Amino acid sequence: MAEASATEPKRPGREPDRGERADDAVIATRGLTKRYRGGQLAVDGLDLTVPAGSVFGFLGPNGSGKTTTIRMLMGLIEPTSGSARVLGRPMPRASRTVLPRVGALIEGPALYGFLSGRDNLLRYDAADPTADPRTRRERVAAALDRVGLAAAGGKKAKAYSLGMKQRLGLAAALLQPRRLLVLDEPTNGLDPQGMREIRTLVRELASDGTTVFLSSHLLDEIEQVCTHAAVMAQGRLITQGAVADLAAGARGRLVVTTPDAGEAARVLKEQGAADVVVDGERVTSEPPERDLAEVNAALVAARVRVRGFVLERASLEDAFVALTGEGFDVAG
Amino acid sequence: MSRADAQDDRAGESALTAPDPGVVMDPGVVAGPGVVAGPSVVAGQGAVRSPSPLWSLGLFRSELLTTFRRWRTLALLAVLAAVPILVGIAVKIETGDGSSLGGGGGGAGGPAFISQISNNGLFLVFTALAATLPFFLPMAIGVVAGDAIAGESSAGTLRYLLVAPAGRSRLLLTKYATVITFCLAATLVVAVSALAVGALLFPVGDLITISGTRITYAEGLGRALLIALVVAASLVGIAALGLFVSTLTGSGIAAMATTVGLLITVQILDQIPQLDALQPYFFSHYWLSFADVMREPVYWDDLVKNLGLQALYAAVFGSAAWARFTTKDITA
Ligand SMILES: Nc1ncnc2c1ncn2[C@@H]1O[C@H](COP(=O)(O)OP(=O)(O)O)[C@@H](O)[C@H]1O
Ligand SMILES: [Mg+2]
Repeated sequence: MAEASATEPKRPGREPDRGERADDAVIATRGLTKRYRGGQLAVDGLDLTVPAGSVFGFLGPNGSGKTTTIRMLMGLIEPTSGSARVLGRPMPRASRTVLPRVGALIEGPALYGFLSGRDNLLRYDAADPTADPRTRRERVAAALDRVGLAAAGGKKAKAYSLGMKQRLGLAAALLQPRRLLVLDEPTNGLDPQGMREIRTLVRELASDGTTVFLSSHLLDEIEQVCTHAAVMAQGRLITQGAVADLAAGARGRLVVTTPDAGEAARVLKEQGAADVVVDGERVTSEPPERDLAEVNAALVAARVRVRGFVLERASLEDAFVALTGEGFDVAG
Repeated sequence: MSRADAQDDRAGESALTAPDPGVVMDPGVVAGPGVVAGPSVVAGQGAVRSPSPLWSLGLFRSELLTTFRRWRTLALLAVLAAVPILVGIAVKIETGDGSSLGGGGGGAGGPAFISQISNNGLFLVFTALAATLPFFLPMAIGVVAGDAIAGESSAGTLRYLLVAPAGRSRLLLTKYATVITFCLAATLVVAVSALAVGALLFPVGDLITISGTRITYAEGLGRALLIALVVAASLVGIAALGLFVSTLTGSGIAAMATTVGLLITVQILDQIPQLDALQPYFFSHYWLSFADVMREPVYWDDLVKNLGLQALYAAVFGSAAWARFTTKDITA
C-alpha cells in the first residue's frame, strides 16, 4: 500500500473532467454485457473507464468476468449488449486500427510447441499487418531480450517451463511499441522471483507512457503496481478509481497499545471514537473526527500509559470487504 | 487509418461522451483520480505504420512455414511418397521373370495403367495417382484442412493471431490458400516419387495412350504434369469442406476425424446404385476422370464436370466457413 500511495500522491482539486472523459480514456465501456451461449451471465452492465497513462488493476475473484471483459475489449467475442471503446475507437469494429497498438496476454500464453521461441514471435509478428518485415528479426530479438529469454530463444517452445512460456507470451505483446498493454493474470504460475520481475517490467513499461491494464485475483499484486483499480464480483463492477482513493474510501483504524486498555477505551469513546474494540493490550476504533493529537493528549491526561498510537491505513482488501460486506473469495 | 474508421468514431461518439450515471460506486472515489500521464502521452505514440499491401503474402509465408514444419504434415507427405515406392516394388517383383502384368482393363483408369508399368515407368505416375486419389490424398487434405482453424483454436494460438490482428477474413483466406498449396504439394510428392521410382525400376520411352496412339516421352511427361494438376484441383472441394468443419469446432482432432469420416461416407454412398440421382453432386464422383487426359484427343467432358463441381464446393463451403468464422466467439 505504502508503495502505491507514494507513487500516486493525491492531488485534490485537479481538473475533475480530465482522464474521466471518454475520449481521454484508453478503455471506456458502457453497459457492456456478455451472456454466454450456455446462459451464463459472465459480465453484467460494465461501465469501465481506464485513464491514459494509468496502471489499471482489474481485480476480482476467479469467475468474476475479467477474462470475458478482456475478450470483448479485444474483439474476440461479441458483447450481448453495450459497447466498448479502446483507444477512442469502437470495438470490435475498429480492430484493424486499434489492435496493432495494443499488446495482449489473454488467459495465459499460447505457443506453437514445435517452433522455437523465436519462431513463435516471428509468426505472431507476421500476423500483424502494421509490423515492418524488414525490422522483424531485430524487434523479435529485442522482445526476447526484454523478457530475459535471449539465451533460450532457439529452444523449442514445448521445452519451456511455465514461467518461460509466460515470458514468451509477454514478449509477443512487446513486439511493437504499444499504447496499451492488456495483461490477463500475467503472474499466474510464476514463482515469487518471476512475479517480481513481471512487476518491475510493468512499472518500466508504465514509465515509458504505456497504459497497462492488468487483471488479477491477487489483491496485493494490484496494490503493489497499480495506480488505479476496478473491482469485479460476479460479473458486476463494484467500484473503480485511483487506488489511493479506493483505500481511503474504507477508513483506517486507530490502534492504541497500552497496558491500561479499559481506561483507554473509555477515553476514546469520550473523544467520539466509534466501534471501540479491546483486545488484550490493543484498543482499536474508528478514528474520531477531531485532531488525533487532541485524542492522544486526552489519553495522556487521563494517565493512560500509551505504548503505541497508530492510524493503520486501510488496505484495498479492507476496501473490498467494506464494499461487498464479504471476503475476497471465489463466488459459489 | 481509413476513412471508414473515422466515421465509425463519430457514429459512436455521442453515446460515450455523456456522463456515466450507471456506475455503482462511491462518488468520492470518482472525483479526481490522479492520472499519471495526460493526453499528451496518447498523442505521442500515435503513429502506426500503415499495412503493406504485401503483408498478406508475409502471413501466407508464415502459414506455409508453420504448416510444413509440423511433423504431422511431414508424416503425411512421407506416407504419400511411400505409396509409389511400394507399388513399383510390387510390380517389379510380379514381373521379374520378364512377363508383363496379367489382367488389366477393369475399373476406371487404375488397373489399365498398372499393366503398362513394366513397359514404361511413366505409367507408375498415373497408377500411383489413381491409387492415392480415392483415399490417401483426400485423407491427408482432410487432416490438414480440418486442423487449420480448429487446431489453432485448441492450442489457443488463434486468439493471439486475431489480436495481432491478422483479421478473420484474411486469416481464413490465408488458411485456405495454404490448404490448396498442400493439395498441390501432396499430389506432386506422389507424382515425383512415382516418376523417380518408375525411371529407376522400369524402362522409359515413348508411350501408348488409352486411345492407342503413340506419344513421345516428353509429351508423356507433359500429360503427367497435367494429370497431377487435375488431381490437385480435384481436392479443392474436400479442402473447403474440411476448412468449414474446422470453423465449427474447437478441437483439431474432432475436425480432422469429422472430415475424414465425411470422406469415407461419401465414397461409400458413391458406390450405392440407389443413390445415382445424388451421386453427380458428390465431390468424389468425377475424381477418376483424370484418366481422360491420357486419351487422344483429351476427352474433356468429365474433367470439366469435375472442376466445376470442385469450384461449387469451394464456393459453398468457403462461404459457409467465412460466415461462421467471422461471427464466431473465440473463447479458447
Ligand atoms: N466460453 C465460455 N462459455 C460459457 N461460460 C463461460 C465461458 N468462459 C467463461 N464462462 C463463465 O463466465 C464467468 C466468468 O468467467 P471469466 O471471465 O473467465 O472469469 P475470470 O477471468 O474473472 O476468472 C464464469 O462463471 C465462467 O464459468
Ligand atoms: Mg480469467
